[in-house]
Amino acid sequence: MSNSAPVKISATDVKVFYGDNQALHGINMDVYQNEVISFIGPSGCGKSTFLRCMNRMNDTIDQCRVNGSILLDGRDIHDPSLDVVQLRAQVGMVFQKPNPFPKSIYENIAYGPKLHGLAERKADLDDIVESSLRRAGLWNEVKDRLDQPGTGLSGGQQQRLCIARSIAVSPEVILMDEPCSALDPIATSIIEELIDELKQNFTIVIVTHNMQQAARVSDRTAFFHLGNLIEIGNTNDIFTNPQQKRTEDYITGRYG
Amino acid sequence: MSNFSLIVVLLVLLALGYQLGMTRSRKVATVNSDLRMHSRPHHYGMMVGLWAVLPAFLILILWLWLSPAVINAMMVSHLPTEVSSPSTEQLRVVSQRISNLADNFGVVADAEAWELSAADHLRQLKANSAIMLTALMAVIAAVGMLISLLKITPRLKARHQVERVVKGLLVLCSTVAILTTIGIVLSMVGETLKFFSYIPPTEFFFGTTWNPRFSTVGVGEQGDFGLVPLLAGTTMIAGIAMLVAIPLGLMVAVYLAEYAPVKLRNTAKPLIEVLAGIPTIVYGFFALVTVGPFLRDLGASIGLDINATSALTAGVVMGIMIIPFISSLSDDIITQVPKSMRDGSLGLGATKSETILKVVLPAALPGIVGAVLLAASRAIGETMIVVLAAGNSPALTANPFEAVSTVTVTIVNQLTGDNDFSSPQSLVAFALGLTLFVITLLLNVVALVIVRKYREQYE
Repeated sequence: MSNSAPVKISATDVKVFYGDNQALHGINMDVYQNEVISFIGPSGCGKSTFLRCMNRMNDTIDQCRVNGSILLDGRDIHDPSLDVVQLRAQVGMVFQKPNPFPKSIYENIAYGPKLHGLAERKADLDDIVESSLRRAGLWNEVKDRLDQPGTGLSGGQQQRLCIARSIAVSPEVILMDEPCSALDPIATSIIEELIDELKQNFTIVIVTHNMQQAARVSDRTAFFHLGNLIEIGNTNDIFTNPQQKRTEDYITGRYG
Repeated sequence: MSNFSLIVVLLVLLALGYQLGMTRSRKVATVNSDLRMHSRPHHYGMMVGLWAVLPAFLILILWLWLSPAVINAMMVSHLPTEVSSPSTEQLRVVSQRISNLADNFGVVADAEAWELSAADHLRQLKANSAIMLTALMAVIAAVGMLISLLKITPRLKARHQVERVVKGLLVLCSTVAILTTIGIVLSMVGETLKFFSYIPPTEFFFGTTWNPRFSTVGVGEQGDFGLVPLLAGTTMIAGIAMLVAIPLGLMVAVYLAEYAPVKLRNTAKPLIEVLAGIPTIVYGFFALVTVGPFLRDLGASIGLDINATSALTAGVVMGIMIIPFISSLSDDIITQVPKSMRDGSLGLGATKSETILKVVLPAALPGIVGAVLLAASRAIGETMIVVLAAGNSPALTANPFEAVSTVTVTIVNQLTGDNDFSSPQSLVAFALGLTLFVITLLLNVVALVIVRKYREQYE
């Protein structure tokens, strides 16, 4: 990925506090349009926290404070005039554990579009559901049982359902918080292929514990440690020629 | 010795056996210093104590259970033949009279000579029985203690023996609880069947008039025992209560679980639960003195004719009473809905209230239904509020502004009168009670099944 692509998200000096604990110590980072960027680092290094800053999901946590500026398409997402509901429709999120709603497969996908009034008629909604499931590579597996509960699917299918669910509201960015950590290797590889296809249309930020995964799916990789961004660069460079000692120690398995 | 002092002695024996067992096991341990004792000294002590006390205690129980019948039979066999021959019913009266004489309890002036001698005989038998019991228990306790003391060897698994006794005790306690339930049901079934020998079940279950006459003169004068008006009253009041409690309770639960700051929630929840702890008689006069007149005046001001004591009054107050049942249980259930569910919805750009309405509540629905059913069974069984505030008029009406009566109120009325307990007027209380029991049991079973199904979903 060349750095000539337009900047999608630009974070400047982002600090996050949980009560008296400082979880992030001033992160600066640009995320480019249509790239896949992965965050790696040991547990508790702040990578998930930073991810959740990007669509203000940290708002839902009591006692969590975020300082610094995050610009989405040049606009500050903490601007009081900005609608957080719109922000989250624009910046979708897929969580660590598949979390389909206890509703039918169809209703799971239709939930977001209904909220935002994306479909005028039933036929439009059907189209959105079908295309979202197709893009998540799930359509052929579930097209005959759209009325069955989403919780009845296998773990990997559930996670793709959750990806389809976030695609359905036509976001521009998709944040993925360790999307494969609860899945087996086959389901993981299916999701990884999916991520590869999705980057045609979306900007994808993925947090992962799995360094091979980061190496496989992402264009760029950022290494976090103890609430600091240690190093960010092209995935190839990070894994073959890290500039920082700590990055090298981590990716060679010396700690973490 | 009296039974009480026997039990005290047994407790002393338990302590003594414990001490002796400990001492003995220490001695055995020093003698066999090459072997390791299987159990700790206090296990041996406990074992000796239990062997001393448990068999003797069992004898005591059996004796107390069986001896009255045996003693009575022995006494009866010595009665003059002209009194011992009549029907069992008369014999029962005679033995009761003699037993009273023997206890100097309700002494009758005109006691006849044979009665007095029989009473003397009975007293003698009882004294003998007590002595025999004491002696038997003493022997058994002593033998038990001695044998178990002698049995103490390094290999004896005293620890396991004690464990078995503990387990047996726990089983016994749970059996008592279950047997009590079964006993209650059986006694109700028995009395209910007796009632149905007077009044056919069809008349009871489908009769639409409730008008039992409080006179027991002859057949055909029993009055009408139709369950329908009572059941209708119960259903109406419980229904009104649910109409009040479900919306209020649910909104309280949603606020507590989703919106209230932790501190407020921790204070407010116990405060609301206090509502469930107020004695229902207090709710009763609250309804009678405050809510009833208030509703009547309110009705008058908008042109409605509302009785001060009516289904509405009782229902509204009962609804207030069961708010905490619904709010507390639902709050727990809503809190159990995983955070990931909320995150998923919020992450799609739903607002908080949309998330609650469209994701959290549907997910929690089975549990909430369970909570509502539990509250409903509480409402159906509720008595005091209805006694005071529903007006006690067992008429079949669909108007909630009129006085009604319920199954529970009627049970109170039928049993607090001056009635013979074998008359249908009293026996009907058992039929009503059984009906109520079956209804609430069904509600509870359905509620528990739903709640359990819900639990499995997230675990």
